[in-house]
Amino acid sequence: MAATSQFCTFYLDKLLFGVELQRVQEVIRALEMTKVPLTPAVVSGLINLRGQIVTAVDLRRRLELDPRPLGLLAVNVVVRTEDGPVSLLVDEIGDVIEVGETTFEPPPATVSRSVQIMITGVHKLNHRLMHVLNTEKACQIGDSAGIAPCV
Amino acid sequence: MSDSDILKEFLVESYENLDRLDRELVGLEKDPEDSAALGSIFRTIHTIKGTCGFLGFSKLEAVTHVGESLLSRLRDRQLKLTPEITTALLSMVDAVRQMLSQIEAAGQEGERDDSALIATLTRLQRVPEAPPKVELAPAPESISDAVVAPVSIGDILMQRAGVTQAEILLAVKLQKAGDPRHMGEILVEQGAARPADVVDALRIQQASRAQATAASESSIRVDVGLLDKVMNLVGELVLARNQILQFAYRMKDTSFLAASQRLNLITTELQEGVMKTRMQPIGNIWGQFPRTVRDVALACGKEVSIEMKGKETELDKTIIEAIKDPLTHLVRNSVDHGIELPADRVKAGKSGIGRLMLRAFHEGGQVNIEISDDGAGLNPERIRQKALDRGVITAEQAARMTEREIFNLIFLPGFSTAEAVTNVSGRGVGMDVVKTNVEKIGGTVDVQSSRGRGTAIRVKIPLTLAIIPALIVACGGDRYAIPQVSLLELVRLGPDQVRSGIEMVHGAPVHRLRGRLLPLLYLSRELQLAGAAEPQTQEEHAVNIVVLQADGRQFGLVVDDINDTEDIVVKPLRKQLKTVGTFAGSSIMGDGKIALILDVLGLAQRAGLVGEARDQAVIEKSGESAQTAGQKQTFLLFAGPGNSRMAIPLSALARLEQFPASQVEMSGRQWVTQYRGRILPLIRLHVALQERRNQSRALPALPAPGSEPLQVLVLNHDGRSFGLVVERILDIVEDRAEVKSAATRPAVLYSAVIGDRVTELLDIPAILQTASLALQTHTAVKFAEAAN
Repeated sequence: MAATSQFCTFYLDKLLFGVELQRVQEVIRALEMTKVPLTPAVVSGLINLRGQIVTAVDLRRRLELDPRPLGLLAVNVVVRTEDGPVSLLVDEIGDVIEVGETTFEPPPATVSRSVQIMITGVHKLNHRLMHVLNTEKACQIGDSAGIAPCV
Repeated sequence: MSDSDILKEFLVESYENLDRLDRELVGLEKDPEDSAALGSIFRTIHTIKGTCGFLGFSKLEAVTHVGESLLSRLRDRQLKLTPEITTALLSMVDAVRQMLSQIEAAGQEGERDDSALIATLTRLQRVPEAPPKVELAPAPESISDAVVAPVSIGDILMQRAGVTQAEILLAVKLQKAGDPRHMGEILVEQGAARPADVVDALRIQQASRAQATAASESSIRVDVGLLDKVMNLVGELVLARNQILQFAYRMKDTSFLAASQRLNLITTELQEGVMKTRMQPIGNIWGQFPRTVRDVALACGKEVSIEMKGKETELDKTIIEAIKDPLTHLVRNSVDHGIELPADRVKAGKSGIGRLMLRAFHEGGQVNIEISDDGAGLNPERIRQKALDRGVITAEQAARMTEREIFNLIFLPGFSTAEAVTNVSGRGVGMDVVKTNVEKIGGTVDVQSSRGRGTAIRVKIPLTLAIIPALIVACGGDRYAIPQVSLLELVRLGPDQVRSGIEMVHGAPVHRLRGRLLPLLYLSRELQLAGAAEPQTQEEHAVNIVVLQADGRQFGLVVDDINDTEDIVVKPLRKQLKTVGTFAGSSIMGDGKIALILDVLGLAQRAGLVGEARDQAVIEKSGESAQTAGQKQTFLLFAGPGNSRMAIPLSALARLEQFPASQVEMSGRQWVTQYRGRILPLIRLHVALQERRNQSRALPALPAPGSEPLQVLVLNHDGRSFGLVVERILDIVEDRAEVKSAATRPAVLYSAVIGDRVTELLDIPAILQTASLALQTHTAVKFAEAAN
């Protein structure tokens, strides 16, 4: 039997994304956000996660999708990264699904370069495609995202 | 206690002891007569040897054994400590350290060959010219046993009561043979010691035992992980306390309020206590530097003395650990590349022994660590050229760069491995690593240098892991915390004062604060908050100005609202936000919301308030400390003849005195006075300043009786005291006496602008010379007259 892995799925602008389940710390409904001035727009702000301060990344902006429509409350998908937990803001949370290696395929070269580094590939599901998100890359904001470092 | 526990204990203890050994050995080299230090070194090695014999580490035992024998020769004064012996002993310490880490990692000693080290240590043990050896074979063993026990009664008696070693050995032999009596009793009965001496000795022994136990019982080892956990919990407790306090004020229930106040006090104390447990003096890591400096200096054939100031400055343990390596690197670098060879130093008019200075102090909520040397300094031209060659900067950039910017190029990775740069310009190996490591913990590194005078590297480390008092302000609907340490005062301009209170200097808003212009920053504009209103349109509102200080510069920060001061738990910002230099961290407020902590210095830098000018000031400051560039000196200002403004360095002055005119007497042509049982020659400035050919040959008259008392500066020069009579003492000022022009008359060094006015600096040796010349000619004349 081929090895399978579990993914926590969510939606962004009607696209289906998946994050390896063991990377997800928790999923929480919208929390009060503290703005951080002078930061790139992809940083939505900071949230208070039971005494821990966590940076929230607007995944729509990060993946260069259309901005989230007003009134749509984002859901926090808190993922573990090398630099501590980071919250990814998504539109809606989906199921946990189990996929095998056979359905995987790397992203086509036509995907824009800046986004390609964040998408490991896609799993071909029955009715749709699930984008596999590289959380480390998605949470890397700063020099890599083309923001001039402070001198 | 299991075996692994014993092993762990042994390792921890031995590491600590080894660190101390390094220090003590280097100290001993400076002062070979320090028998207390030698004794302590001996005991440490003996303990390690004993324990590893017990634990079955034979290689470790072999090395420490020869080391111990060598040390015992030193202790018994059969050998003199030479640099060679010190080096051998230090390499033994290194070998022991390596073996210990091997044991720690693998549980056993591993394969290693220490025969060379053992041979060296054995060779050094050989006593040059066989000295009369008093003690025979069994003696060393019994002595070392005695050393391990806190202090043996025999030792004390030997030292204090003149009991001979033979008598003690005899007593020991008797005891071993089954004599039940105490050592003291035997000695008294044999007539070797008086009973009173034995009682004294017992008292000393008890006192030293008590000391030893007190030291071991008053401290315990705690796992740092546990401390971290406690620290986090206290942080949470502080937040909960803040929430309860806010709630209590709303409840208006007096008993609840009282209880929450009590909670408040206890939490504060608990927090302080826990903070303290994690603090360590920076001296802990500096302790190894004398050894580092010694080794590097020896390897380069240099002589370097190391000075430390502010050893007791405390830092959080995690920070101490993080800066250990960068600091070591900087120290090595200073000795290796900063300080010149003794011959070059002498040629440059400096002492052959280089000076390395370590300084640590708290400033503005940060810890400053300065490493300065009095070496050759950096050569900006060479660095500029190197940077151009390596393509790090363009020619255009190079032309625009200030000296300071050029110095900071040495922190670029491109410079790190360049051998050539190291040789010609001084620094450059791995400086980028230093910078990265310091910045990792949120610190900064800056370099200042003056050609031929030395280099100073300043490391600034913020106290990230901490709970700090902060002022909470509001701007654009969000709250921000300003660390209290940067806060000077709060100014509120009412709606009617705004128009007159805020003025413009070419578009830059300023406020007159007690007659001085205070540049203003609008927080909303600095943070580019949406709807940042133009200051002109805010006139109908009151304006809140928070007066802040960053690196010695003051500025006003205009905020929407000022809330309260509060203790906040600093939570460092995640990597994603680190690039924003304006925030020092974040914190959770009493209501659970998050507030960002403003980085006052970053804010000022962003606004261009702190820049080159500030660095100039810093250079001046550090120049003072390192006794290098553009020194500020303290001068005594006084009025000389004809009300001319004159000065001498305050350091030349012994005292200021006032003598009534009647106390002045005449000795030959010289005015003198009786001063502290001696005759003090008084030199009148107007006489000394006269050109010699104009000096009147007539005997000078005494001051007219009843005239004003004399203002006299008592000066010491070349071991002689003399008084300089001046018109009036003006002031004592600190100045750099920069603008200089050549002297216009004798006995004046130069003219300088001191305290904004042209002042003549007196040449004290020259004055003395004229005075004594006058004296001599006079005596010569006298002699001539007598001969005739």
